[in-house]
Amino acid sequence: MIRATINNVEIEVPEGTTILWAAKKAGFTIPTLCNHPDLPPGGQCGICVVEIEGLPGLKRACMTPIGEGFKIKTHTPRIQATRRQLVELILSDHDTSCLTCVKNNNCELQQLAATVGINTVDYKNESRKKHPIDHSSVAIVRDPNKCILCGRCLTVCSQVQTVNALAVNHRGSETLISTAFDAGLGNSVCINCGQCVVHCPVGALYERSATEEVWEALHDPDKFVVVQEAPAVRVMLGEEFGMPVGTLVSGKMHAALRRMGFDAVLDTNFAADLTIMEEGTELISRLTSGKNLPLITSCSPGWIKFMETFFHDMIPHMSTAKSPQQMFGALAKTYYAKEKGIDPAKIVSVSIMPCTAKKFECLRPEMNASGYRDVDYVLTSREIGRMMREAGIDMNEMPDEHADPILGEYTGAATIFGATGGVMEAAVRSAYALVTGKELEDVEITPVRGLKGIKEAEIDIEGTKVKVAVAHSCGHARALLEKVQDQMRKDGKSEYQFIEVMACPGGCVGGGGQSWGSNMAKRARRGESLYAEDRSLPMRRSHENPEVQAAYEKFLEKPNSEKAHKLLHTHYFKRSAVDGKILPG
Amino acid sequence: MDREAILKKFEPNLSNILYIMHDLQDNNPQRYLAKEDIEVCAEYLNVPYSYVHSVASFYTMFSLKPRGKNIIRLCESPPCHLMGARSLLDYLKTSLKVDVGGTTKDGVFTLETTSCLGACGVAPAMMLNDEMFGNLTAEKVDSILDQRRKEI
Repeated sequence: MIRATINNVEIEVPEGTTILWAAKKAGFTIPTLCNHPDLPPGGQCGICVVEIEGLPGLKRACMTPIGEGFKIKTHTPRIQATRRQLVELILSDHDTSCLTCVKNNNCELQQLAATVGINTVDYKNESRKKHPIDHSSVAIVRDPNKCILCGRCLTVCSQVQTVNALAVNHRGSETLISTAFDAGLGNSVCINCGQCVVHCPVGALYERSATEEVWEALHDPDKFVVVQEAPAVRVMLGEEFGMPVGTLVSGKMHAALRRMGFDAVLDTNFAADLTIMEEGTELISRLTSGKNLPLITSCSPGWIKFMETFFHDMIPHMSTAKSPQQMFGALAKTYYAKEKGIDPAKIVSVSIMPCTAKKFECLRPEMNASGYRDVDYVLTSREIGRMMREAGIDMNEMPDEHADPILGEYTGAATIFGATGGVMEAAVRSAYALVTGKELEDVEITPVRGLKGIKEAEIDIEGTKVKVAVAHSCGHARALLEKVQDQMRKDGKSEYQFIEVMACPGGCVGGGGQSWGSNMAKRARRGESLYAEDRSLPMRRSHENPEVQAAYEKFLEKPNSEKAHKLLHTHYFKRSAVDGKILPG
Repeated sequence: MDREAILKKFEPNLSNILYIMHDLQDNNPQRYLAKEDIEVCAEYLNVPYSYVHSVASFYTMFSLKPRGKNIIRLCESPPCHLMGARSLLDYLKTSLKVDVGGTTKDGVFTLETTSCLGACGVAPAMMLNDEMFGNLTAEKVDSILDQRRKEI
């Protein structure tokens, strides 16, 4: 233990603790800007400087470990002046059109300016270059004029996700965080995961919004607007209305959407149960034939593009099952339209996702199995939060309501899709029944839960051992797949038979479309909330879902049938590691 | 020399990145690193494409835009400045009809500025490709450039 004083308050902290955390313990919050609790400190901004008695200059609290006997001061006149000056310098090179900024009221720079007491900006930077806004991506917009070069997006893109779409380019006052040759995110290896978006402290990165288009559809009496909501949305949306992190609002969410004017409030969770039927059946057929093992899950569109770009040899291992969003889309304009007697051409299919990559997924040319665009618009959880506030809806005041039939019923297995390990757990619950004809007694498969980067478990299906692995974040997925590649090169097969991958840390609860200021602690709480909903539901196995059973009886025949294949399965492409475009051949 | 042959001269080791890029640039007839140069370098060193671009964009000795056959680098450090580099730069801009970073219409010269060349004793100084010239005047610059035009 190290003993030191901070502003004359004596503290004792473990060796290696940074001054920033030690100060918190002493009751002082040192202001920061580039620092993020989930990322290694970079020390770019210098806002967190402190004085240490006897040492020259000011030290950055975020990256200076506290030393024995340090006498630290955190807000002397010199420090206060330095911080103000630094913030003023940043503001002088920043597009300060806050009122029209997507981050207004959620901006860390805005809050910092208030915290350190900025009331004038003495530096006029007339030479500030105006950069064009990057609109090349269908999912993410990048505005370099708002960028403060803190480097969080880079760290998460290169170190956590190992995608490397963004890099620091040029130098000095010309420094720009951008794609190579400024080609734009849409012409890069960007997988649209949006982790840069949820890590950006300012308004330099945000989703490409579809709110205008959805309002238009809602106000059009000729359109029948159906909406689906991903599992992870129901444990985040409350946060947009000031509820504690991870509050479960499934019922309130359905009620709020109904009040916004959606003609049918359905649920992606229905399609998650359906996914399990298709993917579980696929797993069993692969285990039986022994071909293309391990089977790898395909629900995460960020992960799909990552795999298509960096792991061409894994394409045969991918499950051909579409993601729940796209399964839902294909059924909304076929089965649902037929059963309800609605012209599918009049249906506008909207999905609410914790995800920016879903915007890319719904636009993939092959996603038109219904004969129409299967999903027309994807809104992130943030966007629907904004729309609800615009409509004067307060989530706190909503009653609990159910989703509408015939694509609205769901089981506990579906709701845990939103947390890392959830798809694996749901698949095992049903695969066990499909293989043995008996139900798994204890449906909770705890080794695949939690936030460890790569989780492993061995499942015993009546004597047949199935080794499974779960990875979340593309960095961990890369490590796991490199291990699989190694094993296959050496032994011709991998030790794993089934692998779940989610592109975002924590799974969908930590998606790039979730509320601003995401961190691992919040992701964990949202995940726990999904497991709590699972426990509370009367049905916890996908194959028990009566609406899924009805869909097979009336329309799809059976899992992996020809019709199911046409509507619910897809294929993948090899993509270039330079521009992310589909490679010929 | 084709790109393949250039790469093979070096071990596929990240510490060779600058040497490889210099060689690629020198062998590009337009004296710059094209998208394809960045691409082959990234693939050969097994590093992200965006990373190689980032390194190339940091160093002023690399260009990511096509340039002329000859690169003029006029020193703009304080000793050269005191000895009239600014008026020489204005002269070059007018006579070549280009801005700093620009290439003449005939593609013969690209005008650039540089930080100290270490030739302060003969300020103002400039480099033409790999060759150094000092004690420059407008007339001297003219004759150097005329000479080069004749050589090609």
